[in-house]
Amino acid sequence: MGTERVGPRSGPSPRLAVVGAGPAGLAAALAAAGRGVHVTVIDSAEAPGGQFYRQPAAALGARRPQALHHQWRTWQRLRDGLERHLAAGNITHLPEHHVWCVERRPGAPQGQRPSGTPGGFTVHALLGPGQEEPVEVRADAVVLATGGYEKVLPFPGWTLPGVVTAGGAQAMLKGGLVVSGRTAVVAGTGPLLLPVATGLAAAGVRVAALVESADPKALARRVGTLAGRADKLAEGAGYAVELLRHRVRTLVRHTVVEAHGTDRLEAVTVAALDAEGRVRPGSERRVPCDTLAVGHGMVPHTDLAESLGCRIDADGMSVAVDDEQRTDVPGVWAAGETTGIGGAALSLAEGHVAGRSAAARLRGREPDPREWAAAATSRTRLREFFAALDTVYVPSAHWTEQVTDDTVVCRCEEVTAGAVREAVGELGAGDVRTVKLLTRAGMGWCQGRMCGPAVAGLAGCAETVARRPFARPVPLGVLARAGETGERGRAPVESEEPGEQPMEAGDPGGLPVEAEGRGGPPVE
Amino acid sequence: MNPLELADAEPGPAFGVTLDGRELEALPGQTVAAVLWTAGVTSWRTTRGEGRPRGVFCGIGVCFDCLMTVNDRPNQRACLVPVRPGDVIRTQEGTGHGH
Repeated sequence: MGTERVGPRSGPSPRLAVVGAGPAGLAAALAAAGRGVHVTVIDSAEAPGGQFYRQPAAALGARRPQALHHQWRTWQRLRDGLERHLAAGNITHLPEHHVWCVERRPGAPQGQRPSGTPGGFTVHALLGPGQEEPVEVRADAVVLATGGYEKVLPFPGWTLPGVVTAGGAQAMLKGGLVVSGRTAVVAGTGPLLLPVATGLAAAGVRVAALVESADPKALARRVGTLAGRADKLAEGAGYAVELLRHRVRTLVRHTVVEAHGTDRLEAVTVAALDAEGRVRPGSERRVPCDTLAVGHGMVPHTDLAESLGCRIDADGMSVAVDDEQRTDVPGVWAAGETTGIGGAALSLAEGHVAGRSAAARLRGREPDPREWAAAATSRTRLREFFAALDTVYVPSAHWTEQVTDDTVVCRCEEVTAGAVREAVGELGAGDVRTVKLLTRAGMGWCQGRMCGPAVAGLAGCAETVARRPFARPVPLGVLARAGETGERGRAPVESEEPGEQPMEAGDPGGLPVEAEGRGGPPVE
Repeated sequence: MNPLELADAEPGPAFGVTLDGRELEALPGQTVAAVLWTAGVTSWRTTRGEGRPRGVFCGIGVCFDCLMTVNDRPNQRACLVPVRPGDVIRTQEGTGHGH
């Protein structure tokens, strides 16, 4: 378990809670902490860094963690800045705190009242890997830097052991220094596939192929029109060199149509795509492998913002923010991939702006945007770049044609594509919610985070914001006691065994459940 | 090259855990999933409906595919739970509650 570090508090500084210790959260924390605000960084991981800068567990004694990373110097700056502020008592870091809800307390928001009076926010978290012990953190304002998670579309065989998400393969490598096999195929679409393929190859895995359904040449054409993105193209070129060095064969406009095996992955079938995104008949070939790392892009984590009532951008399924990274809820800022997928550099810029704006406003001052002009310029350019990226790295238009009726779509509830199609075609479901109620797709442990985009695609309906009341599964006992605990206080722990909490009738397992059986992922 | 060599890792002394009674070697700092991957094990749960094998999928605690029983507590996410000396790890069938 990570060590909680609390610096000495001096005076009644306004308190800012930052949820997430990835690039956006850390940039926000550093920007605010240097400006007379006490910052509490609340994060689910054992150590700061988020997904992008996920570090090997300390006990593994990695002396060269940078071998697993890109942009290491940026990380060093963030890490050193955090250390300085922790030592100075400007920042408190709460690792292994899994936030499930941010609650707005009654009273006027900070800025419209003297510091220390009622109002503000309570951040509710569950402690440690068991995620059963509740903790509350109070703050005058909140920065949501909860990042994003990976989208994976189904195909026959995708539930076989050995098939992992691209981000999952990377997380296990960066955090645990492990790989799941000897020969891997990396497939899907999006810029994440490049570091995953090169990372696995550097770690000694034979990467038999990198299979990208999009055509990155289109990106080069588009980005050529964007000013100041030479560094991004250089980054891409860097990966190309690494792929060559490790002799990784890259197949663009190709897709994995099926994963083969009985009890674990043995091979995949790869096929070429035509200009419309349909599989070219006769182009299929079998590639033996024991690992398939697959991903189709990223999705913003918006649960905490949704439960706070922040406006969600319906198109992007992301938290809507203004130029200061403020949401439309007073006292709530958002930065990084929760506001739209755009990578670590954009997250840093947004986090910096959010931290500067929050610090100024918490101290009753109207911020001057000229203070963060450089970050704002960088933000504009990176958003343009990622908008271009989004138009190129899209799943092939006809991916659903490869999904056979017997393919499991909802991994938790084992709902097949055939059942989803039946709900739409024969039972008349016209939206994702009705499909869910008819089939149970999305009602399981992961609460539709894995199958949401797939169900929407198969049903031919728009993907909608999920409206999960809590961002992760919460034991009923914790819910019953919520509000009884003091600041950073802990509710009395009952003698019942964790994992044996009272369950809702019909709940599938021994997991803590939320009201209405809803659950959620870690916040990072 | 392996990942430990790549990161020039010098972990503390290895210790023992069991998977369904079988002795496995674990390193301090590893999650249960990392221990199993190192031992070449990639599936450790069967699903409630079809009894199909599952292991790590998302690797970050979102998908709940990697559930297993650790020290008699069922439905633990192997990708999140840190391993401790002497852990009794068991593969899990269905709900993990023996019915």
